[in-house]
Amino acid sequence: MQQTAYTKPLPVPDSESTPFWDGMREGRLMLQRCASSGEFLFPPVTFCPGSLERPEWAQASGKGTVFSWIVVRHPVPRDIYADEVPYVVAIVALDEGCRMTGNLIGIAPEDVRAGMPVEIAFNRVTPEITLPAFRPSEG
Amino acid sequence: MFKLRDKYAIAGIGNTDYTKASGRTVRSLATEACLKAIEDAGLTVADIDGIVSFNFNDSAPAIGVATEMGIENAGYAVDYAAGGNGANLITLAATAAIEAGLAKNVVCFRAMNGRSGFRLGGGRDLSAYGVTQYTAPLGWITYPQAMAMWARRHMIDYGTTEEHWAEIATTFRDNAVINERAMQRTPMTKDDYYNSRFIVDPFRMYDICLESDGACAVVITSAEHARDLKQKPVYIMGGAYGGGPSQGDDLFDAIRWPSHSHNCFKYLADDLWGSAGIGPEDVDVAEIYDCFTYSVLMALEGLGFCKEGEGGPFVMGGRIARDGALPLNTHGGLLSEAYIHGFNHVIEAVEQLRGTAGARQIKGAEIALTTAGAMTCGSAMILRN
Repeated sequence: MQQTAYTKPLPVPDSESTPFWDGMREGRLMLQRCASSGEFLFPPVTFCPGSLERPEWAQASGKGTVFSWIVVRHPVPRDIYADEVPYVVAIVALDEGCRMTGNLIGIAPEDVRAGMPVEIAFNRVTPEITLPAFRPSEG
Repeated sequence: MFKLRDKYAIAGIGNTDYTKASGRTVRSLATEACLKAIEDAGLTVADIDGIVSFNFNDSAPAIGVATEMGIENAGYAVDYAAGGNGANLITLAATAAIEAGLAKNVVCFRAMNGRSGFRLGGGRDLSAYGVTQYTAPLGWITYPQAMAMWARRHMIDYGTTEEHWAEIATTFRDNAVINERAMQRTPMTKDDYYNSRFIVDPFRMYDICLESDGACAVVITSAEHARDLKQKPVYIMGGAYGGGPSQGDDLFDAIRWPSHSHNCFKYLADDLWGSAGIGPEDVDVAEIYDCFTYSVLMALEGLGFCKEGEGGPFVMGGRIARDGALPLNTHGGLLSEAYIHGFNHVIEAVEQLRGTAGARQIKGAEIALTTAGAMTCGSAMILRN
């Protein structure tokens, strides 16, 4: 049986982001942390803002709360997202202190609330790429 | 701070028709708008020695437009890589060039086939490099989708509602109805607004600006020179360009933004008012960058017309209508006149201060504000007659 090709945008890992995407593929949320300030960073950088040090990588809990979200109802581009709408994209405030992006799954769009606890889910879309998603958690 | 006040003036303005399908090259639109602005000023092409533009999607290179106009040696020709934040940036860059002795008469333009050509809202660029690798693969691609995320956070923090946005959309449409330049002149009621479909919740169709083909241009020169030209000079009292801490990747550089309930204008305000030597209470008419209804609130709050979070209540009750205390977007704005990336705001401000805005004219308008940008980086300018 022929497998349908994945047609949505795929991330192109670079020298800063490869550990993040490697972690996603392995089912671990890997984030950067500034060694001197302890601050977690997202998206990845080469130099920590302020200290200008090279960040270290650490595994994060994957737990957080919904900071903001949108419900995409009009598909853009239509040919790619017509069958996907409505879908939810969120910014999540992670327990580690930084924010990151992900789709919200396992919940109806109209039930999403600000501040609701969520946890990371690993959305495997190709053998190489697993996208970050979040689902409601007990908190 | 650059001591800008009243040293430079807008001496001429020009624009093409605003359409959905120009059927023309962007360079031809740009050249038409520039030639009109030069003629409006009472100058000839031979007087122009500087040209500045900005582009994010399609545009015409400044040097190409200069060449088409027959300027063989534009001493100062610059293209800024800027989007909606750039409209006042390029006018301020023109003043800096004149101040530095690089040019005497600078034409500034923005030109785009924003509907028939590259549709900024269309999301066709699906590359996921740099910061977009964390956004586009999630289906978070377009500007309405980007800004809706901020708008939601403002609702969470401050109780901002769709009622506030409906007031903005319908007020601006009222202004467009009597504006012969406007693309969208059909009257809009609050019910029309509420009945429009959701594009990206919380934004409905009428929260999102038009897509347009067209071009706008202005000529900037010294105040002293402007007084000898054809039109009544419109003086640049002050201006500012900048923003706060972000990745600088435009669309989605908001992930690390300190608070999604303010934007660049909070960071510009002191420079803007300080350079002009006035405050928000002195503004008679304001042309605010309205790529979305919601972005108007961010600018009003950031520039100190009201406190952060109070933009919604501030715009209610007719305050922003033509006969209100602070008339906003008297031409209909990007929501109802046209989306020439904010440069049409500058044209309208000049018309208001010249007293040539016809049915739209705000009586006694002496000081106007223009803003450009809605997210982490922007620009603003204060003009007077």
